[in-house]
Amino acid sequence: MNAQPSNAASSTAQAFLARFEGLREHLPGRHMPWVARLRAEAAELFGAAGLPSRRIEAWRYTDLGPIAQAGFSEALTLAPETPALPTMRAAWRAVFIDGRFAENLSVLPQTYRCGSLAAGLDHTQSWLGAQAEKLPLVALNTMLFEDGLLLDLPAGMAGGELELLSLASHAGRPIAFHPRHLIRIGDGASLTLIETSLGPAEAVYLHNPVFEISVGAGATLAHVRIQREGRAGFQLSTVQAAVQAGGTYDNFTLNAGARLVRNEIHAVLLGPKAACHMNGAQLAGDGQHADTTTFLDHAAPDCASRQTYKTVLAGKSRGVFQGKILVRQVAQRTDGYQMNQALLLSEEAEIDAKPQLEIYADDVKCSHGATVGALDEAQLFYLRTRGIPAEQARAMLVQAFLVEAVDGVTNPIAQAALAEATGGWWEREAA
Amino acid sequence: MLKIEGLTAEIDGKQILKGIDLEVPTGEIHAVMGPNGSGKSTLSYVLSGREGYEITGGSATYNGLDLLAMEPEERAGSGVFLAFQYPVELPGVGNANFLRTALNALRKHRGEAEIDAMQFLKLARAKLKELQMSDDMLKRNVNVGFSGGEKKRNEVLQMALLEPTLAILDETDSGLDIDALKIVADGVNAMRGPGFSSLVITHYQRLLDYIVPDRVHVLIGGKIVKSGGKELALELEAEGYAKVAA
Repeated sequence: MNAQPSNAASSTAQAFLARFEGLREHLPGRHMPWVARLRAEAAELFGAAGLPSRRIEAWRYTDLGPIAQAGFSEALTLAPETPALPTMRAAWRAVFIDGRFAENLSVLPQTYRCGSLAAGLDHTQSWLGAQAEKLPLVALNTMLFEDGLLLDLPAGMAGGELELLSLASHAGRPIAFHPRHLIRIGDGASLTLIETSLGPAEAVYLHNPVFEISVGAGATLAHVRIQREGRAGFQLSTVQAAVQAGGTYDNFTLNAGARLVRNEIHAVLLGPKAACHMNGAQLAGDGQHADTTTFLDHAAPDCASRQTYKTVLAGKSRGVFQGKILVRQVAQRTDGYQMNQALLLSEEAEIDAKPQLEIYADDVKCSHGATVGALDEAQLFYLRTRGIPAEQARAMLVQAFLVEAVDGVTNPIAQAALAEATGGWWEREAA
Repeated sequence: MLKIEGLTAEIDGKQILKGIDLEVPTGEIHAVMGPNGSGKSTLSYVLSGREGYEITGGSATYNGLDLLAMEPEERAGSGVFLAFQYPVELPGVGNANFLRTALNALRKHRGEAEIDAMQFLKLARAKLKELQMSDDMLKRNVNVGFSGGEKKRNEVLQMALLEPTLAILDETDSGLDIDALKIVADGVNAMRGPGFSSLVITHYQRLLDYIVPDRVHVLIGGKIVKSGGKELALELEAEGYAKVAA
């Protein structure tokens, strides 16, 4: 086997590096030596690693070849026209277009720091990058980020609900953007962050966001991610969350759009009685690839984690779920649970599931399970005998399959956004 | 009227129905009685359109429509209802949502306007009261965690709401205690009238004490071997299938 990265992948990596060379004098933070150093280190890491290939175990089921072929080689110096915005449901909204903060479209709270990372970069020394793991896609983001959300919720504050909207424009050529979102929830504070990614149906683009999230002691962050990128778009996202004692990080991710999505979530529970819930649903139709990869690191005693993922695949599509739970020696009395289930609606659909438990503590309750199945013919027949047409009956059973994962979303605004994204999915795929 | 002529059907290459002839005129309730393995459930599934049954001959029409050429939902749309011997559990599907979706699908089929959640709730509560059932029935997932009796009651509730003109009851009495049996029978009797027909498929005569049939047919070995009035059921109960069929 060829030990070198494929030519297309390696030339894509070179193109990103060349773009960094061309842009480094224009990127935010260019006058701050610590930012320049972070970017240079990231460029070195990315230059050595390149885009991940399937020879790496963590990328065995997801081939970034289509991204290499798309060739996102051009500098991002566009002045995009404003795409149509979805209805605003929460009181606050931060809007990003092609990865850059759109101040005129945003409605932001004034009671705490919440806005553009590019504008507030000087406040983030020793914060930005502190949680970034040495992963090629995170390095790509560090190297090229132009903006992102900077959110610093002070201790004890109830932040309510905030929408984070990411839109891709009609650029007319393949563009890539790498927003960096820095989110800190102070001790005892709480926030619901409802993130929606949208893009035009035909546009080829790469959205490569990285979240660095810290949840303080006794704090709560509910992070609802609704991925509805255009069907020709790509999303490679990495969430890195650290949770202090008694804090809770709830992540719900819906993958419904994009030609290819890799949604990677890393959470570390750093203090006793911290909790993390990761739930999600993936809906992939013909020609789509949806990958959710989670890593839960129990690094303190008495913590709990719950994961429920549901993948529904139609047409010629592929789903991936990889979930690793690490229970360190110190993490006694860990309570961990992981379930992933797939529903295959076509014979051409394929799911790869890889749960992984690595346990070093001895007093631990940890379980995982996986199922793969088709729609139940008896259930379908039952619905049809009641007069419900076949496609509508299938849609009902798909919705029913998602219930356990979706029920974890309790915020009404998030529920409404989610219902809008999943409603009618099967009818559209079957059409 | 339901008209079945020379109906033959097989499953996995094995012939189960071997030439059924049966007519149920509009407004009448007919019972089909037979021992285990005589083809009772196959008859109900073939009439309601379950996949996996090969129709090898004959016909089944309802009010002149070729039932066998229709999808299950189209049969429902033309007034046919199957009460299942083993009602199916639908985890994740709320009973109220299920019932309203079904009712609206049928209304749409008939060219009527859909009814909204509030109107539906009012209607469903009225039916529940008539049937002496609890409102809790609506809040649960369809048949999930229901006792055998509750599942059958839910079938009757569906029938009361969907108002079919032909109800096929597939061993609705199996596994029911006497109280549940009465509730089920009351539900069917309440629908009785000049526009309602029913095919009550059962192994035992017991149910027919409560739903008194106009005619009784004996199904043995995939064929109707004898037909008669309601007294035929008592005869079967007293003397057994073997003797009556002989």
